[in-house]
Amino acid sequence: MLKIDRRLIKNFDWITLSIIFTLSIIGIMTIYSATRPPIGMGSHPDFYLKQILWLLISLFAIIAVVTLNYIWLYRFSYPFYGLGLLLLLIVLFAGRTGMGAQRWLSIGVVSFQPSEFFRLFFIIGFSAYLTNIGQHHKDKVFIKSLLIFAVVPLILLIKQPDLGTAVLLMSLFFVLIISKGISKKIIILFLIIGLISVPFLGHIFWEGLKDYQKNRITAFIDPDIDPAGIGYHINQSKVSVGSGKFLGKGYLKGTQGPLRFLPEKHTDFIFSVFAEEWGFIGSILLIGVYLLLFLRGLDTSIKAKDEFGKFVAVGITTMFFTYFCVNIGMTLGIMPVVGVPLPFMSYGGTALLSNFIAAGILISIRTKRFELFYP
Amino acid sequence: MVLKRAKLCPYLIIAISIIFCFRLWQLQILDGDKYKALSEDNRLHIVKTPAPRGIIFDRNNVPLVKNVPFFSVSITPENLTDIDMDSLSSLLGLPKRELEEKLNKNDNSPFVPLKLKQGLSFQEVARIEARHSDFPGLFVETDVGREYPYGKVGAHLVGYLGKITPAQFNNPILRHFPPDALIGQWGVEALYDDHLRGTAGEKIIEVDAMGRELRMLQERQPVRGKDINLSIDINIQKAVEEAFGNKAGALVAIKPDSGEILALESLPSFDPNFFSRGINYEYWKLLTEDKKKPMLNRAVQSQYPPGSTFKIITAIAALEEGVIDLHAKVNCTGGISHGKWTFGCWKKGGHGDIELRRAIIESCDVYFYELGKRLGIDKIHKYATAFGMGRETGIQLMPLKERKGLIPDAEWKKEKKNLPWYLGDTFISAIGQGYVSVTPIQSAIMMAAVANGGHIYQPTFIKGGNAPSETITLKPETISIIRDALKGVVNEANGTAYGSRSSITTLGGKTGTAQVVGKSGLRGERFMDHAWFVAFAPVDKTDIALSVFVEHGGHGSSAAAPIAKKAIEAYMKSQESEVRSQESKSAEN
Repeated sequence: MLKIDRRLIKNFDWITLSIIFTLSIIGIMTIYSATRPPIGMGSHPDFYLKQILWLLISLFAIIAVVTLNYIWLYRFSYPFYGLGLLLLLIVLFAGRTGMGAQRWLSIGVVSFQPSEFFRLFFIIGFSAYLTNIGQHHKDKVFIKSLLIFAVVPLILLIKQPDLGTAVLLMSLFFVLIISKGISKKIIILFLIIGLISVPFLGHIFWEGLKDYQKNRITAFIDPDIDPAGIGYHINQSKVSVGSGKFLGKGYLKGTQGPLRFLPEKHTDFIFSVFAEEWGFIGSILLIGVYLLLFLRGLDTSIKAKDEFGKFVAVGITTMFFTYFCVNIGMTLGIMPVVGVPLPFMSYGGTALLSNFIAAGILISIRTKRFELFYP
Repeated sequence: MVLKRAKLCPYLIIAISIIFCFRLWQLQILDGDKYKALSEDNRLHIVKTPAPRGIIFDRNNVPLVKNVPFFSVSITPENLTDIDMDSLSSLLGLPKRELEEKLNKNDNSPFVPLKLKQGLSFQEVARIEARHSDFPGLFVETDVGREYPYGKVGAHLVGYLGKITPAQFNNPILRHFPPDALIGQWGVEALYDDHLRGTAGEKIIEVDAMGRELRMLQERQPVRGKDINLSIDINIQKAVEEAFGNKAGALVAIKPDSGEILALESLPSFDPNFFSRGINYEYWKLLTEDKKKPMLNRAVQSQYPPGSTFKIITAIAALEEGVIDLHAKVNCTGGISHGKWTFGCWKKGGHGDIELRRAIIESCDVYFYELGKRLGIDKIHKYATAFGMGRETGIQLMPLKERKGLIPDAEWKKEKKNLPWYLGDTFISAIGQGYVSVTPIQSAIMMAAVANGGHIYQPTFIKGGNAPSETITLKPETISIIRDALKGVVNEANGTAYGSRSSITTLGGKTGTAQVVGKSGLRGERFMDHAWFVAFAPVDKTDIALSVFVEHGGHGSSAAAPIAKKAIEAYMKSQESEVRSQESKSAEN
């Protein structure tokens, strides 16, 4: 049995927990509204009930994670990362195809997307690596890290293809090496390598994209080419958001989602549904709540008592922030459609659980900042 | 030192959040009204509900058309990826290539349903509904269509409903019609399309992106089209269709006191039901390639020499102009000579001494050569034109144009043939041969004018229609003499139509034969003469006047007169039963 430490209660990061709990409740409310059937058209789908169930599971999970000391993660960081890569490899061969990409893995009756967990393993593994290279590292270790923590997983992700996680991975990689204090020389070198390889890689990348992904990028460049075809998602999302105007149409008064104009309304486009019903005011407040979460995460990284904790906190905050940017940017029509969920709000059990675990690690890092000895 | 550049992170996060806020400001505040309108548009669709079309009745209130559900099958192209093309093609009975062509040509959004096939039968609808689950996005729509219970009978007159043609889209009234709208394309359906059509209703419905109807917000009921009571008696049409057998020809019957058309039949005909089930290319090909030209309305579009029926005009002209005494005799020796030509009488031995009445009854050609000689072509031309020949009758039958026929004179011959007018031309004109040509409807109008004392009506299809008319001033005795003679044609033993006398009414009439080739020995139907008969009945109180034309029918007496008799008897019988039913109705009241 776990013995709950008194200090754990005293130093517990209630703010982060409140933020993510609030976001999850707003999420469930919006899922309820988005999936409500049009009047007289059958019963309400049980998406919101499933999400409530997953929220309960996630709350148990977060308590368990907070209770455990995050230093355990450090010990098993490399095996975790190895497991993560293995999962990506397995999904390529044994994965189930959904929405045109191989992302799902079934174990018994449970299906899950390994990339949901891979991103956590990646943060832990890379943070441990950056901690281990110490302060007096040589530049060439970054070249090695580029291979292990960027090229290999990127290839596996592009092959699925999972554009969302690939974008996240690159974002994490750069934020973490910059945080480590990489020399300008190396950053410039990486940028030059990147720039040179863009025409070559770009071609290979474009050819490797599935048709629907190509369409999404074309549609982003000019959504009006085909308003009901590839540009449809973007246009309908803009219509949803814009039609909310200043005060919104009111909760359960939105029409775009329930009338099925907006695709993926309860997953990737949940923000559009929210913005339609709560208007400019509601959207600004929601963005404010997310901003609080990110700033709190950065604050945790500063207050963390060890280097590993700092890197993990930065990584997790970067992960939330990247998803937030890609998702909101997509729904507002200022970034290409990359199927990325909005953390804590989008429908999806595994994503919610993994985000709660990630937030649990953040809380744990903050809570344990006064513990001076490793257990 | 770890997290060297961490200080920059908060600024980056705040900056991006501010960008998002600006974008929200742009979408929700600056362009909010525009997107609000777009979202309303999204939600609300206006669906036209077709108005039931007015019914076309005959003069005895027998419906000539029925409104029936018209089924079509559509697909939401978005669902196409889930559909097996081969099984869809066999389900709809459409060739796969045609199907793919339709889908590829579609430049609408994948959420707008595309019509695949129209005019489905009940069996096809049942088959599609039964396999609905295999074909997501496939659905059956119902529209108002037409069924013509009498089929070929009266088809030229009633017409048919068909898909709007690209040319018709240039018409400003039709321009806003949906592209697959059905409108009147032929006959009365086309002529009175505006009257029959009614006003489509409107349903404002809330729909989802798949175009599925969720709930109705507002509805404007369609206004049913107005009915039409035609002056036609379908019983005559049926009798005529039957009497013609497989001969080609036409019959036009007119009510002499009003100009109402009682029957207008052109044979062979077509089945309008084939058109109303959507365009049927095979049937259309069959019709247009048929040597007998079923799409030709012979009642108004065929012009042929009227033959001896024209002797009525010559006789009236002679009596009016006083060129011959009623009892003056002309000696018919079987032909007369003029220069090197001989103009024969149809009766080889001749009629001997013959006066006007008998000349009409026995149709003596020589007597009328003499009348022609005395009248001259200008007088004949004057009276023929007065009786409506050689000019338009004013009948309207969409989309056809009537032909005018031809009444020649010296001026015409000079202009068209650059030849002088000979006396021989007058001879053959006087007996309705040569250049003279008329349409069946002109013959019927002429007959009606003889029966009503000289009134030429513009023919109308509408019961009780007030058709404009013109009146020829004639001596009262002229008309009675002619009517008496025409009665003799049918009712006296040596009359040319004695074989077609009727036991239920007294007919008057005149036979005619339009020569196809000269008197050579060619055989076969192709070379047979065209038969004419014009008639009216009852002689003393005329209620119907008609003309019958039988293409390659042979003689008027044998081919055309029996058809006229059947038509007239059918009319008399239907009048009788109508009177009886009226009486029983008033007795009930």
